Amino acid sequence: MGTRTIIPFGPQHPVLPEPIHIDLVVEDEKVVEAVPSIGFIHRGLEKLVEKKDYIEYVYVAERICGICSFIHGQTYCQGIEEIMKIEIPTRAKYLRTIWGELSRIHSHLLWAGLMADAFGFESLFMHTWRVREQVLDLIEATTGGRVIFGSCKVGGARRDIPPEQMAWLLKELEVIEKEMRLIVDIFMNDNSVKHRLCGVGVISREDAILLGAVGPTLRGSGVADDMRLLKYAAFGELDFEPISKTDGDSYSRCAVRCSELFQSVDLIRQAAAKMPAGEIAVKVTGNPDGEFFSRVEQPRGEVVYYIKGNGTKNLTRFRARTPTFANVPPLVKMLAGCELADVPVLVLTIDPCISCTER
Amino acid sequence: MIEEQTIIAVMPETLVAETRKMRDQGYRLVQICVTRLGEELQLDYTFDLNRKFVNFRFLQPKIGARVPSVSGIYWCAFTYENEISDLFGVQVDGNALDFKGTFYKTAMKHPFIQDAAPASVPAPAKPGDK
Repeated sequence: MGTRTIIPFGPQHPVLPEPIHIDLVVEDEKVVEAVPSIGFIHRGLEKLVEKKDYIEYVYVAERICGICSFIHGQTYCQGIEEIMKIEIPTRAKYLRTIWGELSRIHSHLLWAGLMADAFGFESLFMHTWRVREQVLDLIEATTGGRVIFGSCKVGGARRDIPPEQMAWLLKELEVIEKEMRLIVDIFMNDNSVKHRLCGVGVISREDAILLGAVGPTLRGSGVADDMRLLKYAAFGELDFEPISKTDGDSYSRCAVRCSELFQSVDLIRQAAAKMPAGEIAVKVTGNPDGEFFSRVEQPRGEVVYYIKGNGTKNLTRFRARTPTFANVPPLVKMLAGCELADVPVLVLTIDPCISCTER
Repeated sequence: MIEEQTIIAVMPETLVAETRKMRDQGYRLVQICVTRLGEELQLDYTFDLNRKFVNFRFLQPKIGARVPSVSGIYWCAFTYENEISDLFGVQVDGNALDFKGTFYKTAMKHPFIQDAAPASVPAPAKPGDK
């Protein structure tokens, strides 16, 4: 056994936009153990629910994270609606589906850019983020916001997408799709990229389940599990099958996200074609009294909100188990045994969102 | 309803054995969650198998709550167990990776069992208010 050294990775590191710290125990260049440390920016947003009106709290939920902000708001509203037995208009369900999938595309493109940056492919990073800007333009045009959409509310949606704007959105998506094909072709086929990803950080199917992995981290290990199969929003009326890959390595996790880019485009097209005319929200009266575990598929995986109301305007409990929180143990497992130079790439293969984790 | 959610009452003494049965059936540990209910804490252990949702539930006193660790069955439970220890003061016996109160850097100890501080900003005036 060689000499063991502890190398601190983070909380500030070039590949980390947000603070997470990992103590890497290394022998020469090989990592033998990794001990994670989070909690540097824990905000206690869950506790804030005791002071905020349950209708107002959707604004807080959306601000848990700047990348999947819309889906946080959607998960919260969906939970409240389940407790209060509110049936939202069908059009609102489709609108939520479209904005959720636009979120997924921009989140995956953000991740792809960071990943390219992590393995030193700067031109790919810039190209990817240029395309992401075009997706943000669609979001801004339809919701008024680029980061916080503010378009979801308890009882439905706050804004509509008129038919002519939907036609424009679909046309723009065609352009974006072509650009994404070029990017994905590089990610999947370039030798230097494959050299950094293939066979690195393997998680078996059994380990992925036992370690509580979610999202592309789980599906990259051959488990075709996706909360969209619960048929929330409009997913029950759309043709949808989860994408999974079986190798369990970094390349598989990347391949899942790359394929999901085009799946999301397809889902938006399906939703646009099937979306009925009509109201986008119903009036909400009364206060929630009951409990529900609201589960939705975010870009990084399953998010679980536990919401418990007591018949007053303030909830008893709001708890968010975010996907990155669930993917920390699989990350620790894949780091043990890897080369030190692979650590930044492996950290990014779970697409960490510390803002979510430190809700 | 989006999905059926099965909530099963368990005893803290049988938690480990029941959790082991879930692992043997192929369930994934989804989360461990604590809710303060007055002078008691409600503990929830959530599992999923092909989107079948099962939740174990039991109560503990707010002060002096003590539970056995399930991290020997699901290693990933260490994150949740450190969380409930830091935020709610739940004593977890046998956590596989115990951060001993340093998982979260909080300004106060066990903040989630404290009463919410009164709002420091007055509520905004409504139309018609004087």
